[in-house]
Amino acid sequence: MERDSGNAVREMDHGAGRAAMQADTDMNPGTDMGSDIDEKAGMTVDMEVDIAGVKLKNPVMEASGTFGSGAEYGEFVDLSRLGAVVTKGVANVPWPGNPTPRIAETWGGMLNAIGLQNPGIDVFAQRDIPFLKKYDTKIVVNVCGKTPEDYVEVVERLGDEPVDLLEINISCPNVKEGGIAFGQDPRAVEEITRICKAHAKQPVIMKLSPNVTDITVMAKAAEAGGADAVSLINTLTGMKIDVERRCFALANKTGGLSGPAIKPVAVRMVYQVAGAVKVPVIGMGGIWTAEDALEFILAGATAVAVGTANFHNPYATVEVIDGILAYMQRHGVQDIRSLVGAVQG
Amino acid sequence: MAKIKETARVLCQERLAEGIYSMWIRAGQIAPQAAPGQFIDVYTRDNARLLPRPISLCEIDREGGRLRIVYRVAGKGTEEFSRYQDGDEVQILGPLGNGFPLEAAEGKRVLLIGGGIGIPPMLETMKQIRGETCAVLGYRDSQLFLKDAFQAQGPVYVATEDGSAGTRGNVLDAIRQEELKADLLFACGPTPMLKALKAYAKEKGIECYISLEERMACGIGACLACVCQSKEIDGHSHVHNKRVCKDGPVFRAEEVEL
Repeated sequence: MERDSGNAVREMDHGAGRAAMQADTDMNPGTDMGSDIDEKAGMTVDMEVDIAGVKLKNPVMEASGTFGSGAEYGEFVDLSRLGAVVTKGVANVPWPGNPTPRIAETWGGMLNAIGLQNPGIDVFAQRDIPFLKKYDTKIVVNVCGKTPEDYVEVVERLGDEPVDLLEINISCPNVKEGGIAFGQDPRAVEEITRICKAHAKQPVIMKLSPNVTDITVMAKAAEAGGADAVSLINTLTGMKIDVERRCFALANKTGGLSGPAIKPVAVRMVYQVAGAVKVPVIGMGGIWTAEDALEFILAGATAVAVGTANFHNPYATVEVIDGILAYMQRHGVQDIRSLVGAVQG
Repeated sequence: MAKIKETARVLCQERLAEGIYSMWIRAGQIAPQAAPGQFIDVYTRDNARLLPRPISLCEIDREGGRLRIVYRVAGKGTEEFSRYQDGDEVQILGPLGNGFPLEAAEGKRVLLIGGGIGIPPMLETMKQIRGETCAVLGYRDSQLFLKDAFQAQGPVYVATEDGSAGTRGNVLDAIRQEELKADLLFACGPTPMLKALKAYAKEKGIECYISLEERMACGIGACLACVCQSKEIDGHSHVHNKRVCKDGPVFRAEEVEL
């Protein structure tokens, strides 16, 4: 059943059906445009979502930092099936990242302190953007920096590049300067958002940290600064100690916790933020399956990102897409947008 | 070559020494593509342990679609693997990384040097080299796992930390004591051993390739967890960090800073 559905999506993504799904269903919601679709696939559904005017063919992307720029996972999944590819954070210059060990497994999750190793905007623009342009997907570039000037430099460079959305990383817990420093104070969040917006040609998503007292305050600050969308959650700061060797598991001592262990926290925060701001929310944090993704959507996320699951299952992204499609067919849901924030009671 | 995640089947498992296990698995899609020095990611069944365990290939039967892994029980994940029985299913991803450059060994005198749990990948490497091979194996004590299998391929010299077999000391002590000569070194083992071999190769002016280990998450080069310091600017991030899983695990010794 899921396999059939997946084929149907592929057909719609690549053929005439795609145009029908992306354009016509907007004007005629509920109209069955799927006459060329395999009968076995069942009901035609509309999985398209809109983030700040950018139409994603489905609400599933992957979380920044878990997928590189897509090249490695492109050996396992057709990147054209994803709603968008979100790149690993890119700065104005190459960053070497932190010493190793950079990761540690924890119960139902993992800690990472990679430290935003990246090649810098020049190599990224020359190599990674042309690579991603070969696929029929949207490109979201995650931008990191140590100072507001760093962010501005990258944002301005990307202005002339064929990328669709910018995701501003103000929530990485593993770098000493920048990163989370901009994400834990509402005035700083509003200010860095305003600065990025002033220089950005593409819509701006602010990626929020869960390591705050009240994430809705930060989301409202981002909205006040002009953010076109918010994405959450980045990782939760954690620590692991190796008791045999009596040392920290990570060279950086602390790291960001991700994986299924953090999902309930993330769902709760997405629910809170979706109720606090008008801009679209992109939800992430421990999504393993379509059911997990649907929890975020029902909590109010317009789109979702699959992160750590990729390390466990390189096919996770497309399995989540297929699973959402199967869910919609099973429940007679014609338009994914009708599920956004639809949790009852 | 295509990396793939497949469901393998355990054919047999045995304990070779204290905490050291050997498992033959049927992996019809991965085995025919695998090369010596490469590794596979092995997934636990307990989903609370979500990261795969990278384990080197000890023997490869391409035609029969079989792989042999010899691993140390180092934690809960490998402990779970050690309980697998014949016929059990196990999820694996592979083949991963770059193996030893067999073409560089053709017609040469090659020393295959393994230390501890770095010994297993040297077996298939020794089997496939078309040159004059000799193995130097470093153990903690007299539990000389895999020694017989190496002996079937050629001469073997042993070093033990406690002196209970072969040369007392490490692999380099054995090389010096036995006055072993070589044009090329292939090695896998703990970092201090690799560091010493790198210096030895430099001193003797011979080529040396080493297989590194680092904690990994994705296993395919995306997450940047398992980097090692490289002498030159790396091709991926343009810093000095090569990815052990994708650019390695086998490197030219001069390529990396240990």
